[in-house]
Amino acid sequence: MDFELNEDQIAFADMARAFAQNELEPNAAEWDQEAIFPTDVLQKAGELGFCALYTPEEVGGLGLSRLDASIIFEQLSMGCTSTTAYITIHNMVSWMVASFGGPAVIEQWAEGLASGQLLGSYCLTEPNAGSDAASLKTTARRDGDHYVLNGSKIFISGAGSTDVLVVMARTGGEGASGISAFAVDAKSEGISYGRKEDKMGWNCQPTRMITFEDVRVPAENLLAQEGEGFKIAMKGLDGGRINIATCSVGTAQQALNKAREYMLERKQFGKRLADFQALQFRLADMQTELVAARQMVRLAASKLDKGHPDATTYCAMAKRFATDVCYNICDEALQLYGGNGYIKEYPMERYLRDTRVHRILEGTNEVMRLIISRRVLADGAAEL
Amino acid sequence: MKVLVAVKRVIDYNVKVRVKSDHTDVDLANVKMALNPFCEIAVEEAVRLKEAGTASEVVVVSIGPKACQEQIRTALALGADRGIQIETDTMPESLNVAKLLAKVVEAEQPQLVILGKQSIDADNNQTGQMLGALLDLPQGTFASDVKVAGDKVNVTREVDGGLQTLALNLPAIVTTDLRLNEPRYASLPNIMKAKKKPLEVKTPTDLGVELKSHTRLLNVTPPAERQAGIRVSSVDELVDKLKNEAKVLRGG
Repeated sequence: MDFELNEDQIAFADMARAFAQNELEPNAAEWDQEAIFPTDVLQKAGELGFCALYTPEEVGGLGLSRLDASIIFEQLSMGCTSTTAYITIHNMVSWMVASFGGPAVIEQWAEGLASGQLLGSYCLTEPNAGSDAASLKTTARRDGDHYVLNGSKIFISGAGSTDVLVVMARTGGEGASGISAFAVDAKSEGISYGRKEDKMGWNCQPTRMITFEDVRVPAENLLAQEGEGFKIAMKGLDGGRINIATCSVGTAQQALNKAREYMLERKQFGKRLADFQALQFRLADMQTELVAARQMVRLAASKLDKGHPDATTYCAMAKRFATDVCYNICDEALQLYGGNGYIKEYPMERYLRDTRVHRILEGTNEVMRLIISRRVLADGAAEL
Repeated sequence: MKVLVAVKRVIDYNVKVRVKSDHTDVDLANVKMALNPFCEIAVEEAVRLKEAGTASEVVVVSIGPKACQEQIRTALALGADRGIQIETDTMPESLNVAKLLAKVVEAEQPQLVILGKQSIDADNNQTGQMLGALLDLPQGTFASDVKVAGDKVNVTREVDGGLQTLALNLPAIVTTDLRLNEPRYASLPNIMKAKKKPLEVKTPTDLGVELKSHTRLLNVTPPAERQAGIRVSSVDELVDKLKNEAKVLRGG
């Protein structure tokens, strides 16, 4: 067992950190305040390879492991949580299209998605199918050599500004086995986009509702086979949970770095904050919990890479733990900033707003507990 | 045309430098190291010459312990074609570096040698000039623009009075200033490819150079800590202090 990064991972992380420091961090506050989706920076990110980290090499991806990706995303999220979170979603779409698409889909979109020339959105959640995703109502009815899509999806990241949608829709009966996945041209006739949601955080990526009204999709746009959509969705979510947890870890690291700097500078009662033992101990706890969260995320990523039978449980535990713990670290860091933490001149309140949603999406932390407890209580289950 | 670029492993420019408690040197234990920024500019310039079709091959050379292979790999990821490491136990001083590089130049026969104007650790600003003297080649230091034209290279230099442009006969030596270019990021695919590029390891003995010590480091002292400011009660007092204490204003 080796807990150290290898030479490649160190080089990847160095480059990602430089990119985050120079291209993301200086703009993150403005993107947040003005709700700017930084497509030019996403293009640059694509040119460097960030848009297809674990997409197969045959279609222009890098074929890296989930662990490698987590190491890279962590560095990026130190610069901008919300942009990085979108990049992770794009990576999921790129990977799904390339891994489950037929020759026509791959020909049309895989390379564009891998290079970041085309941007993707992932459409699973519906107004009445959130945590209970398998109850989704959007339908895809076969009509000759097309499917016809009807229904609506909510909280879709990037919607209205992206080119390719991966849509989960019902082709069969009720439940998970009736769901199929499609790659859909985002500009197809019959697709309409709702207003841009006004959110607490994640402001530099637009979030919209998407309505499908008799949208005709070529049959060859089906990903994998009919009825395999939910399996693909769940497979995507395991990795998605690692990615979101990773974005929390990177943001918390940045919050901790800022809190550390502030404690060394700020003086009250004639001493630096760093000289008060009560605050020293808080910093120690924050650092300890951050390392615990990071290691748990990397363990889950490694389990997923190795195809471990309990990978889903490990991903759920990592997501639950890291997003909660890291949110608290951001909160503690804000507290150490006092009044300055609460005003927008400093990034502390943004870190808190941006990481709050990580406890909700990609499966709420309550759903994570459901997954974990089911596994623990399963008959004859081995120790995790 | 072959371009040789010399690069150095130095303390990362983001790191706050600490001095060892016994003042013998800067503390490098557990400190992040990186490619010297001026060397990175040198690599970028060479790669641009290659992309423009002017250069056919970019060879990067570094001198130091095995760890400096990391910086050679960084240069390879930026677009250099192959690397040479000259293995030494410590980082040798400028004249030794210049002697080693001179041997590499003799073996490789590049038309252009590009170096950083100085490394941000010791700030010597000597190696390029010494190399020029040892090889009796023309040198253009502190370059802010480099244009190869036939058998000449035009080098625009940042000098105190402004800019000076020299035409040097090739082969020539160029050292880079900060504004020559803005280095790119090594893309992830290029970082992966860099591992497969050839990297040759040589020793000073292979090159027939005996390392000699010409200087000895006596003492390293950190800069004085900044003193707290004072409040002045009037503009007159401020002007008085600027004139008579800080001596940044002259009386009129």
